[in-house]
Amino acid sequence: MDDLLRTLGPRTLAVLVRRGAEFTAAEDAVQEALLEAARRWPEARPADPAAWLVRVAWRKFLDAVRADEARRRREVTVAVAPPPGATEEHDDTLLLLTRCCHPDLSPASAIALTLRAVGGLTTAQIARAYLVPEATMAQRISRAKRTLAGARFDRLGASATVLHVLYLVFNEGFTGKVDLAEEAIRLTRQLAAAESEPETHGLLALMLLHHARRAARFTGTGELVPLDEQDRSRWDTAMIAEGVEILQRALAQDRHGEYQVQAAIAALHDDAPRAEETDWPQILSWYDELMRLSGASPVVALNRAVAVGQTDGPLAGLRALQEVPDGVPRRDAVAAWLSERAGDTARAAELYVLAARAATSEPERRHLLKRAAHCARGGLPA
Amino acid sequence: MAKYLLLKHYRGGPQPTAEGSIPMEQWAPEEIDAHIAFMDHVADTLRERGEFVDAQALSPEGTFVRYDGEGRPPLTDGPFAESKDLIAGWMMIDVDSTERAHEVAAFLSSAPGPGGRTIKEWIEVRPFLTEPPAIG
Repeated sequence: MDDLLRTLGPRTLAVLVRRGAEFTAAEDAVQEALLEAARRWPEARPADPAAWLVRVAWRKFLDAVRADEARRRREVTVAVAPPPGATEEHDDTLLLLTRCCHPDLSPASAIALTLRAVGGLTTAQIARAYLVPEATMAQRISRAKRTLAGARFDRLGASATVLHVLYLVFNEGFTGKVDLAEEAIRLTRQLAAAESEPETHGLLALMLLHHARRAARFTGTGELVPLDEQDRSRWDTAMIAEGVEILQRALAQDRHGEYQVQAAIAALHDDAPRAEETDWPQILSWYDELMRLSGASPVVALNRAVAVGQTDGPLAGLRALQEVPDGVPRRDAVAAWLSERAGDTARAAELYVLAARAATSEPERRHLLKRAAHCARGGLPA
Repeated sequence: MAKYLLLKHYRGGPQPTAEGSIPMEQWAPEEIDAHIAFMDHVADTLRERGEFVDAQALSPEGTFVRYDGEGRPPLTDGPFAESKDLIAGWMMIDVDSTERAHEVAAFLSSAPGPGGRTIKEWIEVRPFLTEPPAIG
């Protein structure tokens, strides 16, 4: 029952928004309709729950509009808009996502609103996932709705903002009861099902190809396991196969974007049965493409230096690193790793300490400290 | 979004301003009220923006405690009134950027003190460590 309502809630909201209902009023109406469903369905479930919810929510929306004298003149035109045709569920989801990821919203607000309105999560669930008080999350959501109240944004299609918001949700990963990575995959799947934009499919492939490695990313005690040390038998091969297939179809459209190229790099990693068999020359050529697409982003240049190090040796990698400005996050970590490979363990130890000091996550910090300690002892095999 | 701890110190940190070096017990009661009201105002503003996580005040009294061997009671020491660094309380925020965290800290630091003049108190800003992103 809860699952059903969670799926149907956002869908109902999407229908109302597509019919022209103002976002905040539509959300209130859907919440009321969901409450009524929760009250009444245990005794008598309607034959077509989706249609029931749309009907009740639309009626509540109209009631609210009529009751609100101040809004009346503006909203009446909306209320008497032409009746909807057949429900186009995918387009509705897309429209809703586009609204929730409106560029006027801060990323945090867009994420909260997307998870609530499109993902159908409760405010309490989202608050728990982000480890903030429920009241704080409720404020974020209502601020986002207020921002959107006057905005007109009817263009269908996956804007870069929508993809970026989904990417950010994915990167939050797993933080408690709600698995945000899986939520992001679910929403990106919906979006990909609704349209053929290659970057949307590229993002979905990217998520799948990374998610497939999740079980191997950490030890039982929460330590980060670098890619080349991961137990590859723990990778989800079915998910990798799916990601690769989605990626290939996207690349075949020949309109490359950053998500597709990142996914291509992830696919080459996932494809190697052992770390030593990784196709680094091909990864490097994808990084060259990514440099072009990203306008030579320093972060991309940093990752490219790793690929150069693997392809042409650590000294070539260190030379490539000279192009990366100081202060780019993780630059010291990459310099340390290349120095270690080049046999300069003393320098590597110093750099690992610097990198550990600047690490933004606890598992990363622990990993870097251990590398530093290892190198300080001469860097002999562990 | 990232979480930051804004630390308010009784003592410690860079050189305080002239107003900031006057201990609170020497302020007028209404000056203390105004200061506290401002702190509450900052918290309310952050709540309204969806950036507030938590805030707590700490007593200046503290004791150092450590393990002292099997079967022995914990070893305690202090309190040390002469400690260089004394944390008075914290505010935890969840904001979009480091710049925003600094902005909030500066807002907090603009609290009024003696004579209603802002004491320009130093606020220490410390980012929380998190989980690494799924896509590096």
